[in-house]
Formats: sequence, structure tokens, C-alpha cells
Amino acid sequence: MNDKIYRADLSTLKAWIEDVPENLNSLGGRGLTSAVVASEVEPLCHPLGKNNKLVFAPGLLSGTTAANTGRLSAGGKSPLTKGIKESNSGGTSAQLFARAGIKALIIEGLPENKNEYYGIRIRKDSIEIEKTHLWGKGNFETIEALSKGNEKCGVISIGVAGEMKMAAANISVKDPQGKIRSLGRGGLGAVMGSKHIKYVVVEPSENDQVHVEDPVKFKEAAKKFAKALMAHPVSGEGLPTYGTNILTNVLHEAGGLPTRNFSSGNFEGHDKISGETMHDLIEERGGKVKHGCHAGCVIQCSQVYNDKDGNYLTSGFEYETIWATGANCGISDLDSLAYADNLMDDIGIDTIETGAAVAVAMEAGVLEFGDSKGFVKIVEQDIKNGTPLGRIIGAGAEVTGKVFGVTRVPVVKGQALPAYDPRAVKGIGITYATSPMGADHTAGYSVTSNILSVGGFIDPLKKEGQIELSRNLQIATASLDTAGLCIFTAFAILDNAEAMEAIVDMLNAKSGSSITGDDVMSLGASVLKMEREFNKRAGFNEKDDRLPEFFSLEKCPPHNVIWDFTDEEIDSFWNF
Amino acid sequence: MKIRVKLFAQFRKNRFKEKEIEVSEDTSVSDILKLLEIDEKEAGIIFVNGRHFENKPVLENGDQVSIFPVVGGG
Ligand code: SF4
Repeated sequence: MNDKIYRADLSTLKAWIEDVPENLNSLGGRGLTSAVVASEVEPLCHPLGKNNKLVFAPGLLSGTTAANTGRLSAGGKSPLTKGIKESNSGGTSAQLFARAGIKALIIEGLPENKNEYYGIRIRKDSIEIEKTHLWGKGNFETIEALSKGNEKCGVISIGVAGEMKMAAANISVKDPQGKIRSLGRGGLGAVMGSKHIKYVVVEPSENDQVHVEDPVKFKEAAKKFAKALMAHPVSGEGLPTYGTNILTNVLHEAGGLPTRNFSSGNFEGHDKISGETMHDLIEERGGKVKHGCHAGCVIQCSQVYNDKDGNYLTSGFEYETIWATGANCGISDLDSLAYADNLMDDIGIDTIETGAAVAVAMEAGVLEFGDSKGFVKIVEQDIKNGTPLGRIIGAGAEVTGKVFGVTRVPVVKGQALPAYDPRAVKGIGITYATSPMGADHTAGYSVTSNILSVGGFIDPLKKEGQIELSRNLQIATASLDTAGLCIFTAFAILDNAEAMEAIVDMLNAKSGSSITGDDVMSLGASVLKMEREFNKRAGFNEKDDRLPEFFSLEKCPPHNVIWDFTDEEIDSFWNF
Repeated sequence: MKIRVKLFAQFRKNRFKEKEIEVSEDTSVSDILKLLEIDEKEAGIIFVNGRHFENKPVLENGDQVSIFPVVGGG
């Protein structure tokens, strides 16, 4: 059975299924979405215009029995960065796509009728564009309505932020509990909104199953892989117990927790929003400490967070969100952050970009640092209703800085920096500067060696070794994103050669190929270069691989360090 | 001399969160771990004054030591 490409053209309202071209056959996930964008999207097109496309693709291993392989990639030209974008997430859709033989879904064109809104319904051998009345609804209501009588279906949807084409709008993916995981960064929700697509529903059919060439070998390799994940102290114990938010205290202690719009590396309120505090609150209130974003996750870094009366408040409440809306805004009230997180899920807006933009607005005096009520109001009233302030924040940190005349605006290629100060964690600064995605920690998570001492130790305050570290990680990550593996498998991969062997064995057993570990890495390298090439054609050059000036001018306490890489040093990143 | 010790995650169980302890001169980070009965292999990240302890294995009066198990996230 050969996988197919499913395509929907909103200009003609036609949808069809086509064969996968030879050159895309060996790709999945990020490799595939980026290849489609690079070959089909005019680099100078307007991201919200008819020439942009939105591509969804499950990873190469998604839908199989292998652990932590259920990641879905989305790609297109980003309205936030104006460069290529790939964002990936858990949820149930990647596995449903892969099992139905859907190699990718490509959404293109713009509808002529400005007052009609659509959904796309796909299952094995079928794709339809349908009109919808769900436009204007939140993500939760949308998912609930579509899942009624069809609980097992996958849903990919946008909230009102995507409908309003906000550059920080994300795309939601239904998780196994009917809640939400997000294709978070880069504003792909606005691209979906521009095409008047409210949702994609993927319906499972009986007997849907991923074809595996050599099931016996695959099973063996998958077992070895799961074992390596469980044996590693981070994925086997650290992540499931305290989740990603353990990093609040780690980064505070390391002096790299960006606080009040990147003006310090320490936050005095760190303890109140820490993973330890959150863990105790979750247990006390009857939430869930461990939770997987898709079936088959053996790590379960996620959780369910209840309010003080024991009622559900939010899930998937991760470090990045808690940092962006907490420390970065000087807010230490965890319950109001959880409330805001759930709202942002429903509205469909990236929590990192929103937190960063609000912090910039706080810097400008629009509201005070630490004003948790003000933060909630901006989300609940301004962004949700699209007031002028809501539109400004929803356009991201860079626009917010411009509108309010702020000079300390932490963005690269128009995308806000996440939760690690690049002056005090220099390796991640190289990733922020060079990633074709804009400032993105997941693109090459140098925090591993810089802070967590996983995969060797490289001093975060020194320049030595950082470029090579970021390069190796960015290449490896592009490979993992192509395979559909969750980034948190990387801890085991970095420390244990068997994990990488198992991945290579699984890829080979699945497709009957005979690639090596080196081939997997050169695949990652070629994906990165392809993405950079798109950006060049879209008008980017090496000057776009720079951090904002203030990082070289202002010292970051407590270590009082600045960003001190030369242009030549940064550019040497691309010597591979 | 006086050293401030901060413990995190499961290391707090049956121990403490933060405490000032009195130790003899030339006490090392390893000595502190022994004192607290924390297996060195389980201590994933150790900071001394916010720097990884590799930079300063032997302590001075007034130093702050922060000890985490092996953790990760992102
Ligand atoms: S470790 Fe976390 S992000 Fe990764 S698959 Fe599991 S729940 Fe999802």
C-alpha cells in the first residue's frame, strides 16, 4: 500500500488525492513539510495570500507501535517571521493520518466567497471540503462538536485568533482526552484562518494500519528504543515526575531565567511558579502528575492541573508557557497563569509569543509587571474580541515593541525568544540566532549540555564549543522532527548510542531501506539547508541571524554577562 | 564556615528545601553530598553560586550550593 498526498484547493473548492512524487517518498514530518514549502510556495508570497500553502505531515514513524513517535508537523510560510516555518505537536492526528495512509495534507488557494467558512474531512481514500457553522467558536467547543458521536476522530482546528489572522495564532490538535496540544509557533493558525479553514477532521476507518516491511525487526527495534527511553534518568524519571516546569528553578538557579522582559536572569517569585510547587498542588488538588500528549508516549511529561476546588483548569501546562506568562511578566500567581493558559488554548494563540508581547507592553507601561489580572484581561477581553490592543499583542512581540516604542524587544526573525536568556545560556543563543525558524529553543536545544549536563557539559557562560553544539543539535533535531519523534527522546539519544541505533533500525524495518546513522544525520543537515535556502529566496541574509542589539549592550544579572559572539563566529555555524 | 544549601525536586523529601549549614574549611561539593546522603550519580545538576560546580569543586565561606536530581524539559 502506498501513501498518498491529500490536497485541498480553496480557490476552486476542489479536493483530491494524488501519488507521492519520488523525491518526497523518503520524507515525513518536518522534512516533508519543508520540502513541499520549498518546492511549491513562492518565497516572496504574502503569508496570508493565495500563494501560501499549509502542509500537515505525520512523521516517518508516526502511527507505528514505536514509543513517542506521534508528532504531527505543520509547515508553510510564516506570517510572523516571513520565512519558512515548521511547528510540531502531539495529539492524536499524526497517528490517524499515518494509519490512513495520508503522507501529507496540503491546503492551498484562497476562497473567493469572503463570507463562507469551511472544514476539511479526510479518511482513508477520501477528502472533502465542507461548509461549517463553527466559525467564531473556541477550540474546545469546536473539538467537542466535531467529536460528538465520533469520539475517535482527530481534530486540527483554529480558534478566534487564527480567524482574525493574528501573527501569533496557533493551530490546535486534539489530544487523547479531547483537550489540546498546539502547533504553537510562527502563526500558522493565521494561514489556516486566511484560507477560511476552521478545522480538519480525520476519521479513522477500521483496519487502518501503517505498513511495516519487516514487522519482526521493527518490534525488536521498537522494544530497544522504549527501553533506552525508560532507562535514561531524564525521560525515565525526571520528566514524568516533575514535568518540564522543573526548569523554572533550574534556570533561576543558573541565572538564565529571563525575567521582566529579559532584564534579569533571576526571578524572586520563582518558587511560587516552580515545578516543585506545581507538583504538590496537582497532587493536593487531585490533578494528574503524569499525562501523555498521544497514545504511545512512554515518557508522559505532561499533566492535568486543577483549581483549588479540584475542578479542571488546564492541561499541558508547560515550562515555556509558565515562564512566558510568569517570570517574563513578573507574575507569580500560578492559578491565574493556568487560567490564562486554558484561555489561550481556546482562543488559539501561542503562549510564548503572547507572554513575550505582553512583557514588552509592560515595559512600555501599558500595564505593570506582575499584574496578573491585567494579563488575564488582555487575553480574555482584548485578544479574544480583537480590540486594537488585542490585535497588537496578537501580532507578536516585535510589532508590540514597534507600536509602543520599546527598544528591548527579544525577537529573532520576528519571533520571540523562549525561556532561556542567551547571555547566560550561550549555546541556546546560537540556536536562536541561526535557526531558519526564528528564535526557537526546540530547533537545537543546547540547554542540554549548557545547563542540564546531558550529552556532556559545555559551560553556558563561555563561547567555546557553543557553535558546534548548536549545529549538531539542530541537525539531529531536523532528523527527529522528520521521523516524528518527540524532542524529549533526545536525552536518551544523546547519552546512549543504542537509542539512535534503534531509530535507524526502525526506519529500515518500516520501509525496507538500509540507511545508516550517518544517512539520518545527513538527512537532517539537508533539511536545515533547504529551509535556509527558502529563507534566502524570501529575502533573508546572514544579518537576519543576529540577536537584538540590547543583548550586547545590557548585562544580564546575576552573572552580569552580555552576548559577545562576533558576526563571523555566528556565520561559521553554516560551515557544514 | 557557613554554606547555604538548596535542594530541589525529590531531594527535598525527608530533607529540607533550603538551609544554612556549618562545615569545616576545605569542604568540597562531594563532601556536602555525602553529608546529605545523596548519591553523586543521582545529582544531575549542581550549581555553586549559580555556576556549575565543575568551576568550583572546593567551597568557601558564604557559598550557595544548589542540588538537582537528573532532570530535563524544554
Ligand atoms: S514526552 Fe511529553 S511532549 Fe513528548 S510525547 Fe510524551 S507527553 Fe508528548
